[in-house]
Amino acid sequence: MKVYPDQAPKARVEGPLLIGARPLGSASLRSGRRAAFGMLLVVFITTFALAQGATDSRRSGYQDMGEALQKMQDDDTANPGMLFVQLGEQLFGQPAGAANKSCADCHGAGSMKGVAARYPAIAKDTNEPVDLEGRINLCRSANQQAETLAPESRELLSLEAYVAFQSRGQPIAPLSDPRLAPFRAQGAEIYRRRQGQLNLSCAICHDDNAGKKLAGVTIPQAHPTGYPIYRLEWQALGSLKRRLRNCLIGLRAEAYAYDAPEYVALELYLMDRAKGMALEAPGVRP
Amino acid sequence: MTNVLINAPKTAKPGEIVEIKALILHPMETGFRPGTNGRIIPRNIIERFTATWNGAEIFRMEMSPAIAANPFVSFFAVATESGTIGLRWTGDQGFLAEEHVAITVG
Repeated sequence: MKVYPDQAPKARVEGPLLIGARPLGSASLRSGRRAAFGMLLVVFITTFALAQGATDSRRSGYQDMGEALQKMQDDDTANPGMLFVQLGEQLFGQPAGAANKSCADCHGAGSMKGVAARYPAIAKDTNEPVDLEGRINLCRSANQQAETLAPESRELLSLEAYVAFQSRGQPIAPLSDPRLAPFRAQGAEIYRRRQGQLNLSCAICHDDNAGKKLAGVTIPQAHPTGYPIYRLEWQALGSLKRRLRNCLIGLRAEAYAYDAPEYVALELYLMDRAKGMALEAPGVRP
Repeated sequence: MTNVLINAPKTAKPGEIVEIKALILHPMETGFRPGTNGRIIPRNIIERFTATWNGAEIFRMEMSPAIAANPFVSFFAVATESGTIGLRWTGDQGFLAEEHVAITVG
């Protein structure tokens, strides 16, 4: 049993940018004083809004869910994702494989701050981009000489949650490595490609219709801010891959295999799209 | 490996009503769902949760298959004396988890 200090990310201040109640038109011409006041007001509001970051119209899924769920995510003793963070912390310190080394033997406990905010990255071992789960499994096979963990297994998700938790509150900071660019471009292409029997792309829902309702649920803007997330519908922790597979099945498209490079490409694109937004892992979502 | 998160105050005034919240990792498998092989997954739920204050029972709850995975329990108690709050979950397949938290009243 462990009680974590309260490190809940602060909700972003946002809202539509309101510039002046009416245009500085004919009425203002009659009264110079009123025009000056209007100008001042515009300048003041604009400055204030910029300072608050209100020009950023991006919204985390956190902002689209109800207050009860937001409180559930913010309270570290009510957020079920924290159970997995706790489990991940234990696994991080446990020796595994033929090398009999634990993650902590190389990395040190609590040393992964900022890592989740910049992944996916190019793996030295393969020269290909890997996400956090891929990196954990590469480390297991190469350094620990242990069996890789199954996708969506409790062990893998817990380790991922423990690593991601250490970046909570940090802005998403995708790497500028030029080798990532073609994969990111591929992700952008997949995001805009129509797929499945419904012939929809990710962008049609999450760019063009975000904020509107789909079967009573607000369509989020699809920023991967909280992964791995505890989704109430799953009653379990799940990765971004699982979420993407859900969406693909929703489109009545065939989901890529768990080890497909398409997921990493999509993740690269989505993380770039969410650049600067605060990481909330482990998030709670309906 | 049992995995529990507890939220209880460390101190309370005599007579104060305190809230105790506990979250536990458990699949709460209903016993009604078929697995990937088509066979029913055997029921595996927490059947009973009890809380004690210095050994005396203050709260008890029976759980059913309809309760979601990783159950979160919240209840209130009147703080009377300093001591230990004991929380105990028992269930199918010999499941047993026990946690204790200290509370100072005064």
